[in-house]
Amino acid sequence: MNAPVSTAKLHDCRDAFAATLEKLAENDETIVAVCNDSVGSSKLGGFKSKFPDRLVNVGIAEQNMVGVGAGLANGGRLAFVCGASPFLTGRALEQIKADISYSNANVKLVGISSGMAYGELGPTHHSIEDFAWTRALPNLPVIAPCDRIETAAAVEWAASYDGPCFLRLSRVGVPDLLPANHKFELGKANLLRDGSDVTLIANGTLTHRMMKAAEILAGQGISARVLNLATVRPIDEEAIIAAAHETGAIVTAEEHTIFGGLGSAVAEVIVEHAPIPMKRLGVPGVFAPTGSAEFLLDEFGMRPASIAEAAVTVIKRK
Amino acid sequence: MEPTELERIARQIRLRDLQAVYEAGAGHIGGEMSVIDILTALYFRVLRVWPDQPKHPERDRFVLSKGHTACALYVTLAKRGFIPEEEISTFLQPHSRLNGHPNNNKVPGVETNTGPLGHGLPVAVGMAKAAKLSGAKYHTYVITGDGEMQEGSNWEAIMAAAQFGLDNLTLVIDHNRFQQGAALADTNDLAPLRPKLEAFGWEVTEINGNAMSEVVPALEHRSSRPHCIVAHTNKGHGISFMQDRVDWHHKVPSKEQYDLAVAELSEAI
Repeated sequence: MNAPVSTAKLHDCRDAFAATLEKLAENDETIVAVCNDSVGSSKLGGFKSKFPDRLVNVGIAEQNMVGVGAGLANGGRLAFVCGASPFLTGRALEQIKADISYSNANVKLVGISSGMAYGELGPTHHSIEDFAWTRALPNLPVIAPCDRIETAAAVEWAASYDGPCFLRLSRVGVPDLLPANHKFELGKANLLRDGSDVTLIANGTLTHRMMKAAEILAGQGISARVLNLATVRPIDEEAIIAAAHETGAIVTAEEHTIFGGLGSAVAEVIVEHAPIPMKRLGVPGVFAPTGSAEFLLDEFGMRPASIAEAAVTVIKRK
Repeated sequence: MEPTELERIARQIRLRDLQAVYEAGAGHIGGEMSVIDILTALYFRVLRVWPDQPKHPERDRFVLSKGHTACALYVTLAKRGFIPEEEISTFLQPHSRLNGHPNNNKVPGVETNTGPLGHGLPVAVGMAKAAKLSGAKYHTYVITGDGEMQEGSNWEAIMAAAQFGLDNLTLVIDHNRFQQGAALADTNDLAPLRPKLEAFGWEVTEINGNAMSEVVPALEHRSSRPHCIVAHTNKGHGISFMQDRVDWHHKVPSKEQYDLAVAELSEAI
């Protein structure tokens, strides 16, 4: 039932995050990592051993963690504030709003194990609302990389960007999708596969499932375009409008509730600029049952074959 | 600057604050009157700041965590030269940069945006920690309200400050004994504050926060631990009919009350 979606080698994007952060920190002494007792789950063990003084562990205290990050930025430090995404974004949302976004603090928020990465631990540990919460805030780019290459590129970009951002990472393994020399551009979708009948849009752990779905559709004679949309805000309106005009149908998929996430963001663009048939796949506004992340994605209709079926249905509505 | 001169400036700030709140028809006058002596001592004696270089890296950091008393901060910043004094008349007016809670992206001298309570102390802990990491010599000050200490985030920050050994951080609790709706004692009584802070590893000084001769040395005190000043103040201090009356948390004086308050504050200027 739950055979691996990809036969390619899978990688935990947290490793790319940690390795990139350590590399950057070697050349930039202002870089600090802030965490909430999450040294292990944020993969900060290497950072801690290399830069023990620059690992600021506030203990299990997410509100303080985000405020401390803002204060560190005020004092000229480049703070990567790392914690499990449900607690970083859920517990400390008001701090993210007032101390980071509204105050324009140069803080990089890193939500680890987002989506349903904590699977069996249950809905308290799922972070399927964080796109909605963070993309509602001005001045806070929201980014969910699709593989280790994009993760490393996004971390490098974040370090060079003068302002706050939210990086949404997972611990669920994903195959390489982008070329090794990929350079992250804020607000730019990546065309991973061109097509003319329908466009499949996703990010994070769903992008590779979209690629598989496109293969299935190709077998049925359907030409599917695949866009990797890591940046949920600011969103790439141009790529979405072009997809609407050129393929006439869109399917989105996300490891997030369908209320307010990637699909909603794409729908906002479509409704205002190029109304076409569209289907949003994701968690349908419920608390998930027990199961691993991969099981739950399958359960909620995001198995590649199910995505392909959704695409066929939406194409018929043209 | 000597305490008597600071007292004179504090009275001028009180008068301008009263006028601004009266003209704007809104404000948090009770908590402004309680905190103005501390603000005055900070900006006219204690803080190393350069109004023409508000982002100077070596500046002492100050965070007004009780951001609802922004008007008092604006008047103080204006008097110290960060913003034009005539701009105070725009307080709460459409498109004024002086809204009800301070905005660091618009108002020079404001370090971080406060308003929701329990935010300033964690940010101040980060500022002090940054100085420890970089070797910067600046000192960080933060003022909270006493009711504000009911926010759990403050106690997260208090733990962290002690753990980090932040001897470059001073927290002033404006202990005016009243919060928005009632007395602290009738709501969620944190008093006495001293043993609670001491239990968390802080050094604590208790002062009369409306007596400049006590405020200045307490702010200038340096400790080997994070330092908390429990500043016993009076809500509405300086205006007899407002003093220690909970309804003056954010009430606006009538014309008659305004004239009376002006007369009282003007006596000693």
